[in-house]
Amino acid sequence: MTYSTKNINVEPVRLLLIDDEKDFVNILSKRIKRRNIDVAKAFSGAEAIQMLRHQEFDVAVLDLKMEDMDGIEVLKMLKIMSPRLAVIMLTGHGSAEAAEQGLKLGAFDYLAKPCVLQELLDKIMEAYAFRRQSD
Amino acid sequence: MTKDNHLTDHYLRSLNRNIILIIIIVSVIPLILVSGTIYYQFRASYHEKVYDHLRELVQSHSQNIDSYLQEKLSDIRFLTDSCGREKLTDESFLQERLAVLQKDFGKDFVDLGVINAHGEQIAYAGPFKLGKADYSGSEWFRKSIQSEYFISDVFLGLRGVPHFIIAVRNNRGGISWILRATIDFVAFTSLVENIRLGQTGFAFILNNKGKLQTTPMARPSMDMIDSKNIYEEFVTKQQISRGKICIATRSDSSRHKNIYVAASIKNGDWLLVYQQRIADAFADLRKTFIITTALMFMGLLGIIIMAFTLSKTIVERVAKADLEKQMMSKKVVESGRLASVGELASGVAHEINNPIAIMVEESGWIGDLMEEEEFEKSENRAEIERAVEKIQYHGNRCKEITSKLLSFARKTDTTVHDVNIKELLEELVALSSQRAKYGMVEIETDFQQNLPSLRASTSEFQQVFFNLINNAIDAMHHDGGTLTISSRQRENYLVISVSDTGEGIPEANLDRIFDPFFTTKPVGKGTGLGLSICYGIIEKMGGKLEVESTVGKGTTFLISLPFQPDSDRQQ
Repeated sequence: MTYSTKNINVEPVRLLLIDDEKDFVNILSKRIKRRNIDVAKAFSGAEAIQMLRHQEFDVAVLDLKMEDMDGIEVLKMLKIMSPRLAVIMLTGHGSAEAAEQGLKLGAFDYLAKPCVLQELLDKIMEAYAFRRQSD
Repeated sequence: MTKDNHLTDHYLRSLNRNIILIIIIVSVIPLILVSGTIYYQFRASYHEKVYDHLRELVQSHSQNIDSYLQEKLSDIRFLTDSCGREKLTDESFLQERLAVLQKDFGKDFVDLGVINAHGEQIAYAGPFKLGKADYSGSEWFRKSIQSEYFISDVFLGLRGVPHFIIAVRNNRGGISWILRATIDFVAFTSLVENIRLGQTGFAFILNNKGKLQTTPMARPSMDMIDSKNIYEEFVTKQQISRGKICIATRSDSSRHKNIYVAASIKNGDWLLVYQQRIADAFADLRKTFIITTALMFMGLLGIIIMAFTLSKTIVERVAKADLEKQMMSKKVVESGRLASVGELASGVAHEINNPIAIMVEESGWIGDLMEEEEFEKSENRAEIERAVEKIQYHGNRCKEITSKLLSFARKTDTTVHDVNIKELLEELVALSSQRAKYGMVEIETDFQQNLPSLRASTSEFQQVFFNLINNAIDAMHHDGGTLTISSRQRENYLVISVSDTGEGIPEANLDRIFDPFFTTKPVGKGTGLGLSICYGIIEKMGGKLEVESTVGKGTTFLISLPFQPDSDRQQ
């Protein structure tokens, strides 16, 4: 276990998971929660936007490929609503173009999906640290 | 494979043999028939010609001899008839007559003698002092006293010199007397001696006892003439008769085959025989035979050489054509089919991606939970942890496959810039060298200098060549080999070939090697996506990826890429 958030962070990271694959969001949130991160689940772009209206998040993990809305559109909305939100994009293979576009729109970084949990966690911590720094 | 080669070898060998046999049979039989017939005909007519010539020769000479004898006989008869006994018994008159005869006929007449009915010589003219010799006991006298005239065989007589006698009996006035003339043997022999042909042809005369009447002056000694047998041959076997010419062939004592031509002369008393060795008589024929045979053998040799070279050429062509046919079964992939398969594959991969991710995460969750204290004492804890690990491992394998599938179908996502082909290839070779060394594979490179740069994506390019190089090394994993990479500029195209000396791809598989998921590697060792990804990338760059393979010899992948890619395709 290289992960150390449990001990260092008093205030858990507030994470928003956005993916329309419910089972995936559920299990991922369970596993992330276990690592002392505060996870909220959104099963669609619309839901994510609604949640963002009532709650503040440090980091969002956004699947770029969803049924109802294009991930890029969601990203644009998120950035408008919460400019300081660090967004990590999950991209399928062969959509590097979209990822690059996302980076231009202000996303923090992207990961190819499916990704190893540890990588995602590292990326989340990185994004969180980045957000803290920019405060 | 070896069985195939064996069969092919066997087939080619029998083809070779058949061609040679057919050519030889078809050309040799007419050659032999034609030459044989011509030679046979020529030989027959030449024999005929030689025989005719000899027959004519013997005939004319036999006539000559006959007329010579006749002439001598007439001279003597004339002498007896015209002069009468009284005059002729006068030795001086006789001497005179002899002189006249010798003047007219040269030395043919040696002497003249008159013999009374009792065999006593009563007058003589000639060089020998025979005087009153008594001939009553000699055979010629007994014969000549019984007939009107008589020509004797050659004998030594009283004087011990070979000669023969012409005797004419005269009965005029009731008293029988004989005028006898001796004919010079040498003069007579020269008549026969004149008959000479070639190197061994000569003539001689035999009497009715088979005794030689002339001395052949030619080389062959007397005993070379098998006179007794020759006489028997003509007289007893062939029943030679007057005016008839007979021909016989037989071996003489020195085992040479001789041709004998005989004519009967002197009313059948004597036999004029002409003898010549067959080899000599037919020397021209022999020469012709040798020339013909030599020509025929040269012809045969020519045919045989031609048969061998021709058949070799044909068989080589056939073998080459077979090989080419095998090579030609290279893959020409229908890009449409491949594209649709690729799309389907990437769609499937995408759909599968999420479930796999969920499964992996769920198993990860189990792993997380196993860390709880309540399970610490569970006896199956180790088993569960192992199972979780396996799920993770195989989940990751699935992810690898799907990610490859997706990269196969993905749109251009890497930036295109000028690529230095030579540098890039050298870099790739350097990267692969370790793996090649491990597989006992030698890498040979042949890069054209000063290749123009190509607009392409470096990572895609790398992907293609890594795949091809790895495949090549895998193909030679049994006992190593040589991997040859070459790059060339061919008009507006960059042509890169990657050749291995591995086991080759069977024809049946050649059609499918670019299909996604087609692999001959054991389950779990290969995804079957490498080549289809390469194919996709090269197609997208506006190029062509082709394969040529011969089982047992190796495989060559040929990539041709345009230096100026169609910009529409790049989008």
